[in-house]
Amino acid sequence: MADAYTRFVRSAPGALIAKRTGLPRPAFLPRRGDRPDVLGPVVVLGASAGADDIAHRLLEAGLDVRRRFDELRSVGSVLVVLDEIAAPADLGLTLLPMTSAMRRLAPGARIVTISRPATGEDPARDAARGAVEGFLRSLAHEMRGGGTANGIQVTDGVPLDAPGVTGALRFLLSPRSAYVHGQFLTVSSADGTATEDRAAPLAGRTVLITGAARGIGAAIARTLAADGARLVLLDVPAAGTDLARLANELRAVPVQLDVTSSGAGKRLVAQLRERGLVLDGIVLNAGITRDKLFANMSADRWESVLAVNTTSQITMMQDLLAGEGVLGTQPRVVSLASTSGIAGNRGQTNYGASKAGIIAFVDALAARLESHGGTANAIAPGFIETEMTAKMPALTREVARRVSSLQQGGLPVDVAEAAAFLLSAEAGGIRGETLRVCGQNIVGK
Amino acid sequence: MNDSPRDALILGGNRIPFARSGGPYAGISNQDLLTASLDGLVARYGLQGEKLGEIAGGAVLKLARDLNLTRESALSTPLDPRTPAIDMSKACATGLETVVHISNRIRLQQIDSGIAAGVDSASDSPIEVTPALRRILHRAFAAKTPMQRLKALSAIRPADLAPVPPRNGEPRTGLSMGEHMALTAAEWGITRQAQDELALASHQKLAAAYDDGFFDDLVTGYRGLARDQNLRPDSTLEKLGGLKPVFGVKSPQVTEPSMTAGNSTPLSDGASSVLLGSAEWAQQHGLTPLARVVDARTAAVDFAHGAEGLLMAPAYAVPELLDANGLELQDLDLYEIHEAFASTVLAHLAAWESEEFCRDRLGRDRALGQIDRSRLNVAGSSLAAGHPFAATGGRLVATLAKLLHQRAQETGEVQRGLISVCAAAGQGTVALLESV
Repeated sequence: MADAYTRFVRSAPGALIAKRTGLPRPAFLPRRGDRPDVLGPVVVLGASAGADDIAHRLLEAGLDVRRRFDELRSVGSVLVVLDEIAAPADLGLTLLPMTSAMRRLAPGARIVTISRPATGEDPARDAARGAVEGFLRSLAHEMRGGGTANGIQVTDGVPLDAPGVTGALRFLLSPRSAYVHGQFLTVSSADGTATEDRAAPLAGRTVLITGAARGIGAAIARTLAADGARLVLLDVPAAGTDLARLANELRAVPVQLDVTSSGAGKRLVAQLRERGLVLDGIVLNAGITRDKLFANMSADRWESVLAVNTTSQITMMQDLLAGEGVLGTQPRVVSLASTSGIAGNRGQTNYGASKAGIIAFVDALAARLESHGGTANAIAPGFIETEMTAKMPALTREVARRVSSLQQGGLPVDVAEAAAFLLSAEAGGIRGETLRVCGQNIVGK
Repeated sequence: MNDSPRDALILGGNRIPFARSGGPYAGISNQDLLTASLDGLVARYGLQGEKLGEIAGGAVLKLARDLNLTRESALSTPLDPRTPAIDMSKACATGLETVVHISNRIRLQQIDSGIAAGVDSASDSPIEVTPALRRILHRAFAAKTPMQRLKALSAIRPADLAPVPPRNGEPRTGLSMGEHMALTAAEWGITRQAQDELALASHQKLAAAYDDGFFDDLVTGYRGLARDQNLRPDSTLEKLGGLKPVFGVKSPQVTEPSMTAGNSTPLSDGASSVLLGSAEWAQQHGLTPLARVVDARTAAVDFAHGAEGLLMAPAYAVPELLDANGLELQDLDLYEIHEAFASTVLAHLAAWESEEFCRDRLGRDRALGQIDRSRLNVAGSSLAAGHPFAATGGRLVATLAKLLHQRAQETGEVQRGLISVCAAAGQGTVALLESV
């Protein structure tokens, strides 16, 4: 459901006024079910063996794949493969043909670059690799019609047909990444397994979601259930009946637990054991805000935010790792951070601290889980339309919506889709990353 | 009753936290409260789409339009819509009676599974029109011509228009339940101190049970409430001792009124449900039975002529239940005696300890004797939790079944528990549970 301003500028008079006055005109963002998973035709740019290979595999998947724009009147997806660039001067040859296609991009089009991260070994090569980032992020600001531009950085030595690269590519091309814009995902290993059944990528996997009763947590639950996951839904006892009703809807297991209460993790482990549940995925979503300027910050507001948003995640993971047999063989952890944890936000010293803590936490946790074949990553949502943001002052909320390249707030389902991707078997090569789901919010990187 | 074809097993329960009347559940209907309780039960035991044998439920304060309250609530849950339901009513014993009803059906192999439930909202109790106005309106509806209708309606007098709230008293005596209990308490010499101590213990035990996580799988939070709103974990004898008596103050027979808002249950809103099934059904659904419903008895007393206290019927039903099962009062491991008022519990204990009462009124050779008070209402009871009339039975049964199961696991021995519930109109229902 679009916000009131967006509905207005999509009406005939609203569109006219917005066009004349230069007001933002947020585009419709197609999501799951609104269009095919990959929008064709797909143009694969780049002359490397990796580019050839990707083009070949997309062709085998039955897609309309081209290597040039030629006479195409409309372009659905552009894949720019830059894995072998050696110097900044190499970039133009691959990128410049795209200039003519920019005005022919279909609504909701996708541009995805595939490159490798700088390593500090070769100055010229690093400059070229770094340049890809600046190019992509700038190009993202120029996208129109609900299209997005994102990049995949594949660590040297990891082949471009690694499950993580395929998974990230499928995700970024699909409408599931509608609100992911101007971002890079790093695939640092060839771990993970290819998804066989794209209709139910999480079939056979059991996932715990904390803070599941409402908002983003409930959206994650619905998305994961649609992807075939079996769910354990956790929330505070006061939200018990909401949680029970969601559990009934999704045939999930409800667990009423205050994650900050003493022994919460051990109680959870006991309940999982009792029901014979083994977790393949964990979504650490429980979070609160207690906004105040730091000058007015009370100990209670500070401590409660840190306790729920950060400390509870640390202790819960400790307890789950210590609880023999409650974690599957390749556990995937997805933790909810925030753009406030990246760029900071006025009135959110406590929240910003808690979420920045999470970004560092998943990095360390990922290293810990690597020996188990597991991963940990964070998602940093920007402005998402939830009950929580509905309570913001109207003007602040309106500004927050428009300061992203997509000029609108995201939906809870956008965060959920990112979580579903990071939980998938394919995403095994993605570790310690923080994926922003922010419509390229202007704050931070 | 032990030769019944098969056992009726208590498999679990769910209730929403009980709220004080006018509290967070104000404006929410009985149907919504009961549905919430059933939704939580369905979620906890994975009963989505399940067709159960029967759901028995009821409410004491019931709107006329809630004719099929239980069935309508069940239809709002994810249970199979072909699950039959029945509404039952027996004042505060309604909840326990629904459990007895469902367990009897299971034992007789009429059904394999069922839910016993109860709900009440003192915040949404029916307010009716006066009998005079009702008759006039019916006459007007039946009128054949506009003139006849006008004539009928012209009979309305201003006094007929006053709303009629639910009666707060026994129709045959005009006394409220509290006033009745004050008379009984005076008769048995129940002290203020003893009542306040019992009330304090109820709060402390309920709070401790919550802190231990005992209610994690018995209660599902609702509308922001995670625990019973009436619970005062930090109450003290001093605080309770400072409250003014509210019942018995107008009765000349009561020389020292002792019943306060602290040692009486408050008007409450809430709902509870209990899942029951046969052993086979439980196994098919992967559920662990907690306890079996062994037997039940009811009794009624002649309170209207003053022969016995209004709420003393369970004092008669319990010995009958014990005799039928070859048990002494002391053979029980746990006792759940509904705390309508602290003095109700204490008057029952006093009666069973009294040679005179047991000889003259129960016709026994000797007193039933004392009980070990550390086995009484061990996880708190109505004084702390509150008492949404028809929901109390389900709370008692689920709580006791889990307690018996836990103690049986710990001791390796079969545990027996008694439930005793008094009710308006001089009635009582009692039941015997046993761990499995």
